[in-house]
Amino acid sequence: MASEGDRRTDLEVDRRSRIVESLRSGGEGRRSVAIALLSTVVFFGVLGYVITHAPGWPQVKETFFSWSEFKSTFPEIARAFLLNVKIFCIAEVFILVVALVLAVLRSLPGPVFFPIRALVIVYADVFRGLPTILVIAMLGFGAPALDLKHVPTSTTFWGIVALVLIYSAYVSEVYRAGIESVHPSQEAAARSLGLSRWQTTRRVILPQAIRRVIPPLLNDFIGLQKDSALVATVGAVEAFNQSQIDTNATFNFTAYLSAAVLFVALTIPLARFTDWLVARDRRKRQMGRLA
Amino acid sequence: MRKSVLFLLVSGCFLALASVAAAASCPTVQSGQLTVGTDNPAYPPWYAGGTSKGSFWKLNDPDTGKGFEPAVAYAVAKQLGFAKSQVKWTYVPFDKSFAPGKKSFDFDINQISYTPARAKAVDFSVSYYDVNQAIVVNKGTKIAAIRSIKGLKPFKLGAQLGTTSYQFITSRIKPSQQPAVFPSNAGAVLALKNKQIDGLVVDLPTAFYVTAVQVPNSKILGQFENPKGQSTDRFGVVLAKHNPLTACVNKAITTLRKNGTLTKLQKLWLAKATGAPILK
Repeated sequence: MASEGDRRTDLEVDRRSRIVESLRSGGEGRRSVAIALLSTVVFFGVLGYVITHAPGWPQVKETFFSWSEFKSTFPEIARAFLLNVKIFCIAEVFILVVALVLAVLRSLPGPVFFPIRALVIVYADVFRGLPTILVIAMLGFGAPALDLKHVPTSTTFWGIVALVLIYSAYVSEVYRAGIESVHPSQEAAARSLGLSRWQTTRRVILPQAIRRVIPPLLNDFIGLQKDSALVATVGAVEAFNQSQIDTNATFNFTAYLSAAVLFVALTIPLARFTDWLVARDRRKRQMGRLA
Repeated sequence: MRKSVLFLLVSGCFLALASVAAAASCPTVQSGQLTVGTDNPAYPPWYAGGTSKGSFWKLNDPDTGKGFEPAVAYAVAKQLGFAKSQVKWTYVPFDKSFAPGKKSFDFDINQISYTPARAKAVDFSVSYYDVNQAIVVNKGTKIAAIRSIKGLKPFKLGAQLGTTSYQFITSRIKPSQQPAVFPSNAGAVLALKNKQIDGLVVDLPTAFYVTAVQVPNSKILGQFENPKGQSTDRFGVVLAKHNPLTACVNKAITTLRKNGTLTKLQKLWLAKATGAPILK
């Protein structure tokens, strides 16, 4: 295992040094940069020309990229976006906890815990298989129809519950991958030191496992941010629903652009941050420190 | 004899020329055919007559000509010189009716309200039906005792996406709670049934359908007028922007209004859908 990692590191370093070398040596390196630059400019230039010279472009420009429409819809869509932020922040807290519990339950050893493991597996299979929008619609309209006392009928509430159910299934798998990536010798060592099974999980396995899966966790968080828009199907006026309302009021689609800008403004920095974390993690491991 | 043949020939030519001219000034997507669009399901009371077995359409087939909107569509088609068999119906989701680009229909008839902002993106015909917004509530709930627009403010209201009902809520009722907006009629109706919303704002004929069929134990609390005492909405058929056919359709609808056909069709199909207290 260790030797394989070392070999990969060697290959990585080798590849990098070759790229750096070719850039430094000028000639071929500079030429390839120039070619890359030129082909990029030509590609986007041609694409831009074809789009802006299409016969329908003036109409598309007016209906999808109208600046005045953008200005007038952006503030109210931004206000509605706060509901998205509320939805995915509340959901994420519950998801991280529920999924961790599920993952730990699933990695319980021994035949005694078979029913629990089976239940968790069935849960993960079912909720990863169901389309999010269906679960939201079924819970958003179905749960309040039961007419139970002291159970909220708010569609936003049930939308959040649905997102927690779905994403916990995904995220529990991420945690599980992390737990399984911790070498069995770690557990054996901890147990031989006299730590109980719970102490081993809590103090030895999970800290290593969670640190390793932070990037994929953030990845799922980005997915959750986008899926918060699906709560619109049960009537919550969040950014996507608000942009649909605006579009239907004026028959101009620019409002969708306002919503898109808001989502992207939030998800892109997070995606960059995730990549940075991954890169840092790899550097650390290459330097021989234990992750 | 010869004279009459000549006469026939000449008049025949004129007739042919006239019809060609009419076709040229009122062009359709498929020549010799009038393509009419609407959404699916085709909801009562606007559409009626049910569906045939295996039909693509839900609730009602538009091509039976039954229901107010098919009746209007066929009457307009007749004015434009199309026989019933030359009218073809096509499914047009609401969003698609105003998306830019080539249209798959000549006109779309789907309870679409005219607003000046919308008319920037598409052509609207003159009104074929003036209609008021109305509010449906569950019987025996708090809101059911309200008698004024002002009294509706504290309640959770809902509307269907794409309707002017939502604009009516935010611009006239101005409730203190954010109104809910549902992407479909089914969702909005379910939310009212579940009491997730206190009141559902829809156009008056739809309100009659909701209370009669969709939500048992509900009632129409009242209808609204605009501040000048006129209808809140007027429905027009939607055509592509700058479509020369718009003028032809307008002429047809104006004729149908003048000769009493529209009133007759309203009485036939929407008679049960009038009369509800006016909330002020």
